[in-house]
Amino acid sequence: MSFERWFDTLPLRWRDRFRRKQVDQELSDELRDHLEQQIQVNLEKGMSPEEARYAALRALGGITQIEQQCRDARGHNLIENTIQDLRYGFRQLCRSPGFSVLTILCLTLGIGANAAVFSWAEGILFRPYPAVAHQERLLALAGTARGESEGTGISWPDFLDLQRSSTLCDAFFVSKITGSTLSIGDHAEVTTGSIVSANYFDAIGVRPILGRGIEPGEDVGNNAHAVVVISYDLWQNRFKGDPQIVGKMQRLNNVPHTIIGVTPEGFYGTFVGWAMNFWAPASMEETFESGGYKLEDRSARWIESYVRLKPGVTRAQAQDEITAIATRLEASYPATNRGRNIKLWALWQTPFNNAHTLLPTLEIMTAVVAFVLLIACANVGNLLLVRSFARRHEMSVRMAIGASGGRLLKQLLTEGMILAGFGAAGGLLVAYWCRHALVLLFPARSGIAMYLPGEIDWRVMLLSAGICLVATLVLGLVPAFQARNIDLAGALKAESSGVTAARRKAWMRSGLVVFQVCLSFILLAGAVLLLESLQRIRTTSPGFSTSRVVETGVSLVAGGYDVQRAKTFQDELIDRVRALPGVESAAFARVTPLGYGTYSSTPIAVDGYQPPLEEQPAIDYNQVGPAYFATLGIPLLSGREFTRGDDENAPLVAIVNRTMKARYWGDQDPIGRRLQVKGKWARVIGVAADSKYESMREDPKPFFYVPLLQDFERGPALNIRATVPLQNISAALLREVHALDRNLALYEVITLQEQVDRSTSPQLVAVTLVSILAGLALLLAAVGLYGVMSYAVAQSMRELALRLALGAGSANLLRLVISRGLKLTAAGVFFGAAAGLALTRLLGKLLYDVSPRDPWAFGAALAVMTITTVAACFFPAWRATRTDPARVLRD
Amino acid sequence: MSKPSDLVQGTLDMLILKIVALEPMNGWAISQRLQQISSDVLGVSDGSLYPALHKLERRGWITAEWRPSGNNRRAKFYSLTRLGRRQLEKETANWNRISTAISGIVKLKEA
Repeated sequence: MSFERWFDTLPLRWRDRFRRKQVDQELSDELRDHLEQQIQVNLEKGMSPEEARYAALRALGGITQIEQQCRDARGHNLIENTIQDLRYGFRQLCRSPGFSVLTILCLTLGIGANAAVFSWAEGILFRPYPAVAHQERLLALAGTARGESEGTGISWPDFLDLQRSSTLCDAFFVSKITGSTLSIGDHAEVTTGSIVSANYFDAIGVRPILGRGIEPGEDVGNNAHAVVVISYDLWQNRFKGDPQIVGKMQRLNNVPHTIIGVTPEGFYGTFVGWAMNFWAPASMEETFESGGYKLEDRSARWIESYVRLKPGVTRAQAQDEITAIATRLEASYPATNRGRNIKLWALWQTPFNNAHTLLPTLEIMTAVVAFVLLIACANVGNLLLVRSFARRHEMSVRMAIGASGGRLLKQLLTEGMILAGFGAAGGLLVAYWCRHALVLLFPARSGIAMYLPGEIDWRVMLLSAGICLVATLVLGLVPAFQARNIDLAGALKAESSGVTAARRKAWMRSGLVVFQVCLSFILLAGAVLLLESLQRIRTTSPGFSTSRVVETGVSLVAGGYDVQRAKTFQDELIDRVRALPGVESAAFARVTPLGYGTYSSTPIAVDGYQPPLEEQPAIDYNQVGPAYFATLGIPLLSGREFTRGDDENAPLVAIVNRTMKARYWGDQDPIGRRLQVKGKWARVIGVAADSKYESMREDPKPFFYVPLLQDFERGPALNIRATVPLQNISAALLREVHALDRNLALYEVITLQEQVDRSTSPQLVAVTLVSILAGLALLLAAVGLYGVMSYAVAQSMRELALRLALGAGSANLLRLVISRGLKLTAAGVFFGAAAGLALTRLLGKLLYDVSPRDPWAFGAALAVMTITTVAACFFPAWRATRTDPARVLRD
Repeated sequence: MSKPSDLVQGTLDMLILKIVALEPMNGWAISQRLQQISSDVLGVSDGSLYPALHKLERRGWITAEWRPSGNNRRAKFYSLTRLGRRQLEKETANWNRISTAISGIVKLKEA
């Protein structure tokens, strides 16, 4: 009923509001019409025209009153009142521009920081793939194996079985990152792309703007379908937007591929961190991946894949189904699948791209920006308290002339809404500018486009609107709360207020400052802890030398080399490189430590070692060339290094690290003992020192090495130890490679230090962001302190003047005021330290070799806070000493 | 010019709805009809008629429309809405119930 009425009278109320003139005109027309008819009747009764008119007016009553009554009867308009409040609010805010600008600035910073971080989380963790449909139902798919770290690849046959057997999933698709050397004209460049299943483009709902996607059946066979879809960026930048591009041939890894389509602008593939530039079907796998043809090999776990659930299916249901399928596969293929399961991961936990490395940073950032928002709000609260004091008079007058409490509250809320609205708009603008800022914090790398987009969608908007709403309530209710005490305040006005009296009145403001100091202190302590961690992580030795070793790679898979040619090429290149001036040694290896590549892993067996039941010891290992240890500077504790003699015809050998030796051989000397690798027995010929393999943060773990020639891969990394600068090396190196084969391109040439820095870049990003925000928080807290102290000084002018008159020196007054500021700080630091001791543990994964309760960090934060306090209090204190006692006391 | 009593005020709405229910009318005609049927008893002044009309319009019970009336003039004609008809039925039923009860009490006293 009431909605019906609301709906039926909507046009009427609309007219009342926006056609006010017309409505008024109609009202007087209506009444005049009535009068005229009455006059007509009176005339007919025989009255004179004048008499008839007066009689009619008398009968009707005062026209103006009736008009007013009619207007009242039409009711007061909510919209109209609101617009009136808005206008009034704007006028009020324009009247004190300093207050308004400061408030809006605080809110902009608070809301902007939140919206920016949230947009990063949204764009990187929750909806990481622009232009991909239904990401809310996408999950990542990765293998698990008993006794191994989670998140391995899946084999292609297993993937096909999953696809066939699952009933709860819409689509399974593969997207395995790969790289290729693209030579167009005389410019060769390494670029990133994906090996995908044939259903890829259909599954993600991306339609090529030119040509077609990959079609069913094109992912079957070995090198059977040399087709490629290229990205819009690649098409524009490398092919100059050629409209006839579809159907042209492009050599990728020395195999001619037909370009069959171009993806739309703004589609970057499905990999967090890097933009993909081409997509080739899985049938071309051998062209791009080392390790041979793997589409029929159930033990080759190489693919990275995703699954989209059917609507309404939960992750747990899908996981149950997939586990059931994996169990079936385990029973059918025990040789390859024993102890293996397949696990679903939320996109933000995807084990095979950069999402999980950024997760801890983004988690911390979310907490930090919440702190900044609280500090900003405390500042705004303080500003409002001062302002509400200044507006006491206005409020009393409005109350005296009959404004109801509700009406005043509405007015104050409206003003709050204006401020918060501007703050939110500013905040979204800040977030918009910052949405691509995250990528700037990462060190640039050549050839590969980093892509970490922020996404400002309805969820980010909703969050900002939510913050805005809360801020509005706070901004409106704080002054309203103060307005309740108006009479009391008025009564107190006459009394002179000393420092102590001002304190009583300003308890709320002081409370807010203590709160701000407390939060800033926590942030500062956190920032220092992170800084310490970064410092330690960057000075910790990874177990190999970093400064003098240069790392690059030559993709022989990309060059179309077969195994024999590749071996020959590697030997020749090593010889040529070693002959370069300034080069001490050079060695190939399959994987560079701390890089993106994953190590091979194998179950092992050792003579005399009885593994505990159910343990299937699988250990990571690397295939390395002769002189690898000398080149990287990994000390050999005993035994000897691999040589060229350790080739495919020689007996199998291995070098184990110290942790592995301790676990499997204890105190005995492992040299000469047997180690089973991939089912074959090898002799241990040396023990190497422990080093870092995948991450600077890892604990020492068992690891071993086998000669590259005895377990050959074509896509290895080249490490060079040199005494000359990197630039000299890279030019010479490229010359040597081109002397052997003009069609090969080098990967980026970087020092191992650079590699270490890159692997710790999430820490760097966390430190940078937390430091920026802690600085911001400190600034806001200083503004808050300054405000409170200025106010306190202004309030206690008489007392201070009296003290001056009685002979107190400037130093006395400075001490009085600053010590009051320090008291507030001390209280804030006390609470901050208490909370900080509990909270810094949350930094967890980002800390390295630093206790979350590190006294140095807390001490440094205390020092910074104290200096800031003194700085913030100094100006008000100095002003206090400059008062003219005679003038103040006279007033 | 006296204000109608509370009882009458409550029933004025019902009377207007009832009058307008018969055919769309302008303010003047409604006032004439009111006087014609009840002026002496209820004492509804023209002055209280218009605010009442506007209130009813705002409540969505009647709706107004400008149309030509005699003498080349345009006048505001009020007519009953769907909501108004429901309200009229409700008020009429209410009125009947109360008046029956009251007249019952009055008769009881006489007996």
